[in-house]
Amino acid sequence: MQHVSPVREPLVTGGKTYHDVTQDVCRQVEAAPNVRWMAALSVALVLLGVFFYSVYRTLWYGIGEWGLNKTVGWAWDITNFVWWVGIGHAGTLISAVLLLFRQKWRTSINRAAEAMTIFAVICAAMFPVLHMGRPWLAYWVFPFQNTFGSLWVNFNSPLLWDVFAISTYFTVSLVFWYTGLVPDFATIRDRAKGPIAKVAYSLLSMGWKGSAKHWSRYETVSLILAGVSTPLVLSVHTIVSMDFATSVVPGWHTTIFPPYFVAGAIFSGFAMVLTLMLITRVVFKLEDYITIEHIALMNKIMMVTGSIVGVAYITEFFIAWYSQVEFEQYAFINRATGPYWWAYWSMMTCNVITPQLVWIRRVRYSIPLTFILSIIVNIGMWFERFVIIVTSLHRDYLPSSWVMFSPSIIDIGIYVGTIGLFFTLFLLFAKFFPVINMAEVKSVLKYTVDNGPTYTGHDPHHAPTTHQPSTHGVPASAPVNYDKHD
Amino acid sequence: MTKRFALGIFDDEDVLLHAVENVREAGVKIYEVFTPFPIHGIDDALGIERSRLPIAAFFFGLTGLCFALWLQIYTLGFDWPMIIGGKPHIALPAFIPVSFELTVFFCCHGMVITFYTISKLYPRWKTPVLDVRSTDDKFVMAIEVNENTDMVKLSQLLRDNGASEVNQKEMSKF
Repeated sequence: MQHVSPVREPLVTGGKTYHDVTQDVCRQVEAAPNVRWMAALSVALVLLGVFFYSVYRTLWYGIGEWGLNKTVGWAWDITNFVWWVGIGHAGTLISAVLLLFRQKWRTSINRAAEAMTIFAVICAAMFPVLHMGRPWLAYWVFPFQNTFGSLWVNFNSPLLWDVFAISTYFTVSLVFWYTGLVPDFATIRDRAKGPIAKVAYSLLSMGWKGSAKHWSRYETVSLILAGVSTPLVLSVHTIVSMDFATSVVPGWHTTIFPPYFVAGAIFSGFAMVLTLMLITRVVFKLEDYITIEHIALMNKIMMVTGSIVGVAYITEFFIAWYSQVEFEQYAFINRATGPYWWAYWSMMTCNVITPQLVWIRRVRYSIPLTFILSIIVNIGMWFERFVIIVTSLHRDYLPSSWVMFSPSIIDIGIYVGTIGLFFTLFLLFAKFFPVINMAEVKSVLKYTVDNGPTYTGHDPHHAPTTHQPSTHGVPASAPVNYDKHD
Repeated sequence: MTKRFALGIFDDEDVLLHAVENVREAGVKIYEVFTPFPIHGIDDALGIERSRLPIAAFFFGLTGLCFALWLQIYTLGFDWPMIIGGKPHIALPAFIPVSFELTVFFCCHGMVITFYTISKLYPRWKTPVLDVRSTDDKFVMAIEVNENTDMVKLSQLLRDNGASEVNQKEMSKF
């Protein structure tokens, strides 16, 4: 049982009924694609073309097409891999961790955020697979016996842990997302007019009818998936950080990496969720579902995780000095003042200073500022990975092998291309799938319409006002009970 | 075999919840209740037993853990022992990540496959439903009826308990 304070902001504004929720969310699925969507998809498809061309060059001519050299053997590929995996983490955080904490506001953003997770992990997986050089042998990373005997994969290697972590994370996120989609597909199926839509959504909805018994099991399944996804999401970025932390490279070999990477992942993920949501809510007219309160709450999470990342940067520097290890100290001095100083200070500005602006209420509640901040954070988090990876490698123990790294056009092409891949998938999702979890929004709708204060508009300082129980959607005879749900 | 149903259509989940209790008290057997979203407390009202999926999930997870440990210990310790970085063949701390991941993998997929199987959810070309509004904004109580059922009385019972409509529907395959 949960008591909902009458002064709490409503989760959904505009006095929506259950039917309104269905209408608003199904509208863009049922309508013909609009011009803005087509324009966005064309841009994404052009970038996807860049991706395919770059992949073709990489496969046909080999890894020599990339800017890697003998000293810097890992650069943009692993930077982009970590960046994309990190972005994915916000989706699981919203769908799993916030479910466990009973944060009801997650209901209107979890669907799109989970989709973002899945698409981001697909983009991330491209980099290690392409770096293999012969991706058609990618199944060698799984424990199969080789053709000569029973030589197995090395279970002591963090890179192999990554294989298991990413595979588990991707497949579990996919079934979590799909199971949540099934009831909403059923809604679209029962409204569908065209014969193709009827069959397609009937297949997708797996014959869901919304019987009480199925809902009971569905809730159990969701809760357990959330329960195991929570440690899973933490384990994934922990293992990603161990790709670095278990090595002996100065700048990588630190115990702070797992929590620091997890915080950074959530930080960048929420930035990406904000970028996407701010666009989605306007394009699909969902401002009543993804309200300014949602944006402010996500901003707060970004501020907390951003501050953790900031503390981690400073701690790393302090420990480098405190350890009195000459090489460790040099690695950090070189980061801040060496030839890559601009990357380091871009990272510091974007990731340490930017989230602190969110303390100001006006910034937190401003849509244009939030949008700009979210882009800056995404750039900053890309630089963080670049700084960790390239500046730690480019000056190794032997000064004769010190080099600079410069990306080739193919490096840039693959990175830009994965952004195209991501947006192609996201735009297709947004057109053909319900972007908001209708069933979950309906389940939190009633007390926010009837028992919450009236939302008076865009002024965040409004005083809560009491109002008459609305007559639409809910019969006046219905008992109004704060403790009814949950 | 054709089945006939009386459908009580409700507009509100709280009204439905009380109706479920009262209808069952009146001795009428409810075939099924269809709702657009999960309603808390309806399991108790309908007498649905608590799902044992969590127990299944636990054992799936345990299977995954055992499989992972067996796989790593057998391959690296017995089938093809190699010295890697001077560490022991069976380096248990290094086996923790893969063991954890496979535990989660087996637990989730085992549970989800069980859920779809026992709920008989699989892709279908056509999905007949009793009332298409039950996935939108109506709460539908289905009661199986035959020639001997007193429809007037049943209809009155449902209306007295807040049903906004009472319909009848025949389903050949349901």
